[in-house]
Amino acid sequence: MAKLESKIPSGPLADKWRKHKAEIKLVNPANKRKYEIIVVGAGLAGSSAAATLGELGYKVKCIVFHDSPRRAHSIAAQGGINAAKNYQNDGDSVYRLFYDTIKGGDYRAREANVHRLAEVSVNIIDQCVAQGVPFAREYGGLLANRSFGGAQVSRTFYARGQTGQQLLLGAYSALSRTVGQGLVQLVTQHEMVDLVIVNGHAKGVITRDLVTGKLVRHSADAVILATGGYGNVFNLSTYARGSNATAIWRAYKRGACFGNPCFTQIHPTCIPVSGDYQSKLTLMSESLRNDGRIWVPKKKEDCKKDPNTIPEEDRDYYLERIYPSFGNLAPRDVSSRAAKRMCDEGRGVGETGLGVYLDLSDAIKRLTEAGVRERYGNLFDIYHEITNENAYKTPMRIYPAVHYTMGGLWVDYNLMSNVPGLFVLGEANFSDHGANRLGASALMQGLADGYFVIPYTIGDYLAGQKPNAKPSTEAAEFKQAEENVAAIVKRLMSAKGKEPVNHFHKRLGQLMWTYCGMARTKEGLEKALQEIPKLREEFWANVNVPGSADNMNQALERAGRVADFMELGELMCRDALTREESCGGHFREEYQYPDGECKRDDEKFGHVAAWEYQGEGQTPLRNVETLAYEFVKMSVRSYK
Amino acid sequence: MVAESSSKLISVTLRVWRQAGPGQAGKFVEYQAANLNPNMSLLEMLDVVNDDLERKGEDPIAFAHDCREGICGTCSLVIDGKPHGPHRGIASCQTYMRSFADGATITIEPFRAKPFPVIKDLISDRSAFDKIQQAGGFITARTGSACDANAIPVPKGAADLAMDAAQCIGCGACVAACKNASAMLFVAAKVSHLGLLPQGQAERDRRVLSMVKTMDEAGFGNCSNQYECSAACPKLISHDFIARMNRDYLGAVVRSAFQPESQAAGGGGA
Repeated sequence: MAKLESKIPSGPLADKWRKHKAEIKLVNPANKRKYEIIVVGAGLAGSSAAATLGELGYKVKCIVFHDSPRRAHSIAAQGGINAAKNYQNDGDSVYRLFYDTIKGGDYRAREANVHRLAEVSVNIIDQCVAQGVPFAREYGGLLANRSFGGAQVSRTFYARGQTGQQLLLGAYSALSRTVGQGLVQLVTQHEMVDLVIVNGHAKGVITRDLVTGKLVRHSADAVILATGGYGNVFNLSTYARGSNATAIWRAYKRGACFGNPCFTQIHPTCIPVSGDYQSKLTLMSESLRNDGRIWVPKKKEDCKKDPNTIPEEDRDYYLERIYPSFGNLAPRDVSSRAAKRMCDEGRGVGETGLGVYLDLSDAIKRLTEAGVRERYGNLFDIYHEITNENAYKTPMRIYPAVHYTMGGLWVDYNLMSNVPGLFVLGEANFSDHGANRLGASALMQGLADGYFVIPYTIGDYLAGQKPNAKPSTEAAEFKQAEENVAAIVKRLMSAKGKEPVNHFHKRLGQLMWTYCGMARTKEGLEKALQEIPKLREEFWANVNVPGSADNMNQALERAGRVADFMELGELMCRDALTREESCGGHFREEYQYPDGECKRDDEKFGHVAAWEYQGEGQTPLRNVETLAYEFVKMSVRSYK
Repeated sequence: MVAESSSKLISVTLRVWRQAGPGQAGKFVEYQAANLNPNMSLLEMLDVVNDDLERKGEDPIAFAHDCREGICGTCSLVIDGKPHGPHRGIASCQTYMRSFADGATITIEPFRAKPFPVIKDLISDRSAFDKIQQAGGFITARTGSACDANAIPVPKGAADLAMDAAQCIGCGACVAACKNASAMLFVAAKVSHLGLLPQGQAERDRRVLSMVKTMDEAGFGNCSNQYECSAACPKLISHDFIARMNRDYLGAVVRSAFQPESQAAGGGGA
């Protein structure tokens, strides 16, 4: 059984991080160059970590599967980044951001982690502005803000509808600078396919060169995974097509515990599905809910009518009706389920009946079309490209879609997994968002982890390791790991069945969406736990991966990722089945209040479930880290 | 969760560039794609074609793609002779089949330029762009050393113009569209973005000199003012930024001639 020590410092909440920083061990400047750190991934968390660690003097190798670090999917985040700057003088504070995030996460995150996140949020904005991130500004030259779901203050900083792009390009510029200076070695188009553990410590990775197909061994003193979330297990999601779970999944199979895998976020405002050829879903930023009003017709017979012909009195602005104090800015999980309920009642709109209106006509009246265009123009453009409809004239149709995974590899307060030397940052870890993430908090967490947490905490680990002592890549552990990967590749290449990889990914996605999506039941999850292993068996027997393994082979890349999704999907269902409560994005139909809200069970499930791999075909072990709430009272979330 | 679309299905003939590897000879190969929903994207159409190829055990068409929402800059197709296809202001992934007539022939090639060698089929190597960024596409701001974000006001006009330039997605369409394979729009966008902000002034001269030098060394051509780059840019970045970069460059060259850098090395301290 894995040892799960959260290592949360003692003392008052607001002092924990400061005290911890003062107490953890340091590596002296001359010794830093004697330690090599591998950073896998170059999204917000990975590139900010690699750049900062390089600046500090460590030898850093940053490995990405993309052709350039600037491609990581952080780039697609639209709406903004939260920070407790209180520039709007509307009563914001570190405590309030902490409290909103804890409450938004439905009391399933660690207090100490979340407080630290809120504390460093202000440094992130300073850092990004210094790098030249062109945030929106007021005429006086100071920074502008907007509001996001789950908050009653305006604390979100933004760069039009492309905040993620600008923050990533900021971190990418810092990374590029350190690469140019020779402080960081950049390895592109290499996919991490195994973790190497030597004497119980993470000391390297195996990558596959996506251009030549060669397997390459990389040795280091510590390994950082910043490889993003696993929402593509659902096939259709707002993730980039290449986003995958392979790095964290293969680390899991080497002993790293997987925390709360069933906590997935279904984003309320995405463009609805239109056909079975569809490869991805596109988000319409939550920031639209600042000025947009969400509604469905009151009468079922109005659902197919032109929305502009439906009079005001026949529209049901259901979020404003059910949640008057938060209205259209209710948190994502709450808003998504409300949309589902409206559609289940038969009041959904669009061809499929799986859609609700997001209407900006009041905002256009108030701000003029030009005013709305300045705030959200690129979103209206995206909507138009995809649907061929003009949302300035007719309301957008939206529906919830998989968007983020709060679960991920378990880490302690230092962001180290239960495998010593293996650190996990950003969406790839489980730590800060509990059972539901608030809007504009993913960017905050990625950069907090990379710029302001790992540079301190990794020293505490490395100070206990001998300098210049990374293992040789000729060590038996490296050889074994490479052989493991070669065997997986060989098995995929030699199946030579009848169906393409996508066929299996689609079927897995349908199973996951049906049984482990917005609403889950015991029966459904049990069914999925029977169906997924069957599908997996069929996959290995009947997948066809053409071509060869010794050059660029995109079918092989996808096959390896889908093989991992097949296993991860099963773990997610198992986690959802054993968590007999509803909380945040995890909604079990059996556990709800009469009004359809989540019914948590703090006594039995006020904990993190950290799953531990037990070998092929064995049921994984469910370890538990109890969440001790010292400062906030766990209460029923209300946004009414 | 899936419904049939009421739109009329279309069929097209594809002429696709196939090339097994770097430096190898390539050729166009024809494929038929039938019964396509016009609301599917061009890349989704390629997915369907590839699924069929994989079913038959044939090597699928390699193409670069990731976010499929026009922001990551990975997709890079020349569609009927135009980088990112027939429509302005979008990336290849945002091209939908409704842009093509039923029965049309669509020619699909990779971005081609000497500094962008083809890796396989429709994928070319654009790492030269990263090299240019590494040479100077940044403001040196060590983590943790920044002042309060509101300490230096930035006029809204400057911030907005910087954002116009900063939107560049680094796809390389500007290079593919240019008969000289010039990367000046790409470089100008970064030089302007950072040079317009007060935070970017300290390194302004160094930045433009070293980015332009690296650009030239990578083998990109010069600008001859035809602005195909702006026309092909998925973010419609204006060629005005090229003029701005040229002014910056000229100023930097002159200043560096008259203000040589200090020869004194950093002291060792007490």
